[in-house]
Amino acid sequence: MKKKRSVIEIISTVRFLHILLAIILGFAVGALFLTVMGISVGDAYGKLLDSVTTVKGISYVIVYATPYVMTGLSVAFSFKTGVFNIGAEGQFVVGSMAAAVTGILLKALPKPVLIPLCFIAAMAAGALWGIIVGILKTKWGINEVLAMIMFNWIAFYLSNYIAGLPGIKNTGTAEATQSLTENARTLLSKETISRLGLAPTANWGILVAVAAMILVWFIIEKTTLGYELKAVGSNRFAAEYGGIGVNRSILTALAISGALAGLGGALHLMGMGNRISIFSAQEGFGFGGIVVALIGCSNPFGALAAGLFYGALTYGGSKLNLVGAPTQLTSVIIGTVVFFIAISVIFERLGGGIRARRNAAAREDKQKREAQKTPPEAAPGGAPDQEKKEGEAK
Amino acid sequence: MTDVINSLGILLFATLAYGTPLIYASLGSCFSEVSGVVNIGIEGMMTAGAFTGTVVAYFTGSPWIGFLCGGLAGMLFGALHALATVRLGADQTIAGTAINMLGPGVVIMIARVLFDSTDTIPLTTEQRMPRLLAGVFDTGTTFGRFMDNVFSTYASTYLVFVAVIIVWFVFYKTRFGLRMRACGEHPEACETLGINVLKTRFLCVCLSGFLSGLGGACVTMAISNQFRPISIVGQGFIAIAAVIFGKFRPHGALVGCLLFGFCSGLKTVLGGSSGIDTQLISMIPYVVTVLVLILFVGKSRVPSANGKPFIKAR
Amino acid sequence: MGKEHVDMNTPVIEMRNIVKRFGDFTANDGINLTVHKGEIHAILGENGAGKSTLMNQLYGLIKPTSGDIIVRGQKIEMNNPRDAIAAGIGMVHQHFMLIQPFTVTENIVLGTEPVSGIKLDMVKARQNVLEISERYGLSIDPDARIEDISVGMQQRVEILKALYRGADILILDEPTSSLTPQEILELIQIMHKLTEDGKSIILITHKLKEIKESADFCTIIRLGKYIGTVDVDTVTESDLANMMVGRNVTFKVDKPDMEPGEVVLEVKGLHAKDYRGVEILKGLNLTVRRNEIVGIAGIDGNGQTELVEIITGLKKATAGEVLVNGVNVCNKTPHFGFEHGVSSIPADRQKHGLVLAHSVEDNLILQNYKKNPYAKKGILQRSPIYSHAQEAVAKFDIRPGGSEKRPAGTLSGGNQQKVIIAREVYNDKDLLIAVNPTRGLDVGAIEYVHGYLVGQRNKGKAILLVSFELDEIMSLSDIIDVIFDGRIVSRVPGKEADEKTLGLMMAGGGKA
Repeated sequence: MKKKRSVIEIISTVRFLHILLAIILGFAVGALFLTVMGISVGDAYGKLLDSVTTVKGISYVIVYATPYVMTGLSVAFSFKTGVFNIGAEGQFVVGSMAAAVTGILLKALPKPVLIPLCFIAAMAAGALWGIIVGILKTKWGINEVLAMIMFNWIAFYLSNYIAGLPGIKNTGTAEATQSLTENARTLLSKETISRLGLAPTANWGILVAVAAMILVWFIIEKTTLGYELKAVGSNRFAAEYGGIGVNRSILTALAISGALAGLGGALHLMGMGNRISIFSAQEGFGFGGIVVALIGCSNPFGALAAGLFYGALTYGGSKLNLVGAPTQLTSVIIGTVVFFIAISVIFERLGGGIRARRNAAAREDKQKREAQKTPPEAAPGGAPDQEKKEGEAK
Repeated sequence: MTDVINSLGILLFATLAYGTPLIYASLGSCFSEVSGVVNIGIEGMMTAGAFTGTVVAYFTGSPWIGFLCGGLAGMLFGALHALATVRLGADQTIAGTAINMLGPGVVIMIARVLFDSTDTIPLTTEQRMPRLLAGVFDTGTTFGRFMDNVFSTYASTYLVFVAVIIVWFVFYKTRFGLRMRACGEHPEACETLGINVLKTRFLCVCLSGFLSGLGGACVTMAISNQFRPISIVGQGFIAIAAVIFGKFRPHGALVGCLLFGFCSGLKTVLGGSSGIDTQLISMIPYVVTVLVLILFVGKSRVPSANGKPFIKAR
Repeated sequence: MGKEHVDMNTPVIEMRNIVKRFGDFTANDGINLTVHKGEIHAILGENGAGKSTLMNQLYGLIKPTSGDIIVRGQKIEMNNPRDAIAAGIGMVHQHFMLIQPFTVTENIVLGTEPVSGIKLDMVKARQNVLEISERYGLSIDPDARIEDISVGMQQRVEILKALYRGADILILDEPTSSLTPQEILELIQIMHKLTEDGKSIILITHKLKEIKESADFCTIIRLGKYIGTVDVDTVTESDLANMMVGRNVTFKVDKPDMEPGEVVLEVKGLHAKDYRGVEILKGLNLTVRRNEIVGIAGIDGNGQTELVEIITGLKKATAGEVLVNGVNVCNKTPHFGFEHGVSSIPADRQKHGLVLAHSVEDNLILQNYKKNPYAKKGILQRSPIYSHAQEAVAKFDIRPGGSEKRPAGTLSGGNQQKVIIAREVYNDKDLLIAVNPTRGLDVGAIEYVHGYLVGQRNKGKAILLVSFELDEIMSLSDIIDVIFDGRIVSRVPGKEADEKTLGLMMAGGGKA
């Protein structure tokens, strides 16, 4: 009994173990589906593993993961500040388009100038998209989830519209923007790629994502801004009471969150994407970001790890049909992982209950002991230290 | 004049065609949200319904059996969401996100297996939702064409209005409705009155899956007449938006869905002929929704206990 | 008080040797309770003594670990409230179990709604509700929404809810906690009327005076243990107090006489509207001086919440001034008020006072997180923050459960309140506003809080005390201002105040 309890307690305290357990269960459910369909589990998972463990495979995983790490960071940041950024999709799209427009119109600029400009344009566009929703929320009290869903679609059609504009649109037959010139790409040099045998779209976008991750962590944990945003996120009333400007905080949080997603759009475009197509359906980078943030426990480092996991499954999944397994297997696996993460609160509750009861018992003990002593009388001088001394004297 | 009436007819037809699946799904969403469970998994439940409806109709040849099975498939995912959120006290947003991944993942995977690695399932006319009044109106006259456009619509559209009335009645005129709304406001109070909160919520989330499944089935069995992986792209979220828009009331959600359907219809009518870029026209429903919210609707009062797991003391 | 209504031969409730454990924690440890027909039986104990746990078992909300519940001679297994309701037991919870947007009728019939066919029969429901309210003389408006009626009315609805279900044993959990003295008197009358009708009432409370005024018998519980059952007529209030706390308690606050100093807070002609747009403050005037505690006595909903919100900058006034040391802080931000000398202990410590998810150390710097030494150039300085927290924890005897880095939400209510008090004392502002500062605290913590309020006054602070506990106002205040209908209607020196006249004025009875 004693031992069993401590296991639950350990699982309940170490979030990482929930996630690990959920991942194992995700693959187990995937295996179940494969077996029912008569596909060899070994073949399918072997293919998945093989495809992401070569040097080339790893480089692909990183390339695939980069945008998801960014949207994951964006959503994780929003969770920390008490908003559910279901709008990362739209922020990603406008960021991507802003980078494309900048890259296409200013292609004459030298690379060291153009690339930062593209980044800035993307972040500004993403931030703007976040702020618009923030204003709707703070000024008119409009539900942010509703507004974000609307603005995801507005961004989607806006991007399609811009992609079709003369001067932006591809001059050939493709329903897409022009391709970015080399000046606006983040690709590694051709020599490096061929020497190391990397994916042809291997790029250094992930370094930007890692920098963003560290910055997000720093803001949340180390700065007064982070203090404000977290306070507003977990209790806006107390934050207001404490003198923090709640509306301004919400706008700041959404702007930062949007900028992160927007930057993700730029990194994707300037690395792997090359150009933006006129789409018929949303690509789901923002939605993927929600999943990444959830698997990563809304923690910036977690978002990086979860983003890589997501990237690995997405890339590996695309190879699954080579062994006759449907690529959707990965959605099932990830969906199951998220499902088990959702219900992992059971562990927390079990563990938390045990802890609470233990604390309560300890408190009761203490109360009993204190009840024996006479408590300090109201101190006439009332200075805290004075009362303390009195208490001690007794 | 003839042109105007024609366009109006097409506009109304499109409004209903776009609106119908949304109305089903938003009625479903109402059940879940009002009983206190946030359900952002509507999208996944719709996909499950769309696929199952199509497949069953394809194999049985009966659109009605297909339609019903679509609802049941949605209900299955509803039950999964209910299991996680109601019985196990899971975070409702996370569980809903999982449903949104699982729904499409599972059905498309099955589709690939059943239909030999193609994921598009076409339906013949007999397998589709019937148009009850087709051929009743004389399409030779302007008026007849108008009537034909508006009234010879799919049976599922007629059905949805019946569903709205039933749901409204259940919400506001029955014992179950009163208790369900009470569960979304103050579950502890319900428990003290001997109302089983967990059971009520479980049922409501299942119902929300069923109605979402029907909504999904409408998309593939009445409008596009085939199932594709991108048959359901965001309708579930629009349905949720309509519910917030309608202040968590079924009749309010109906207005939201029809407004949305109408704007989508405008897109069909204006598209091509007006000279405005189709992409910009496609934006109208979303922009109008936001504007209407700012100008007329404002704050939506969320049920007090919405999103909060109810955990029974032992 | 006579016991002519009590039928000592007919016990309606017997709880025998009830034990309730939550894991390792024993909330009820062998408790006995016998209630007779027509009796008002008080259950007395401190916050956390296990009173509510005991009653929740009687009402079927939780199950006892061991022990028997016998209703009218029959042993009953209470699996859920339905069983309790069927056994004729009704409960009025301290936090009302009412659905705010529903009407009175809907709330009363919920769970046992009359139907015709599949349709709710609201006409019949309304009739039933009117009938029962007339039968017991508890008048209500059946069509009003709960969110629009007063707390006293809401309590009537709760009592009617139980009666509607045919309850003849009523459990009232801390029923007077938010009532005015007049409403309390009315409630006691209602209780007596019900016992005359043969109903039995179990009254959970920690207020001794009410027990003396209303109850026939009293069972005392301390730290989950059964202490004893006494005939109320044979004991004094201080006997009861000693049994409840287990030691001698002095309720008197030791407060030296002091000459008040210069004016710190001056409120002039304050007007404001409540959230529905109805005018709630109607030209309120108020002054608080150094070395002075001014208590605001009044019924909830007469403008005290809005007054505090305006002084602390959370709400806008439509007219008037709030001068703190001569600076108008009205219609500015909370931060502006803070910078000009306003600090406060808010009414709802979990909603306004603390960010529960934040650590104790972070909560201790809530208004000062941007200031040196806690932050430099926007970067939080962890080591000064931590040493500040260590100092505060030692000085104010806060028990953060092991570490100052633990979330404030894991602390007990008393310790949470100490965190807030520590923060506000360190803030060292001229004006301290305390709103219901002892709500939900046990006797030890109450003494502690009162001691600090008096201590701050003695140090020269101006203190504005808003409390719904009239005893608290009377024992602490140098001046008592009675608020009614958005104005201060009367100003009484604390020493001269008596409960009856205060109560009359609080109910709008004008000057004494």
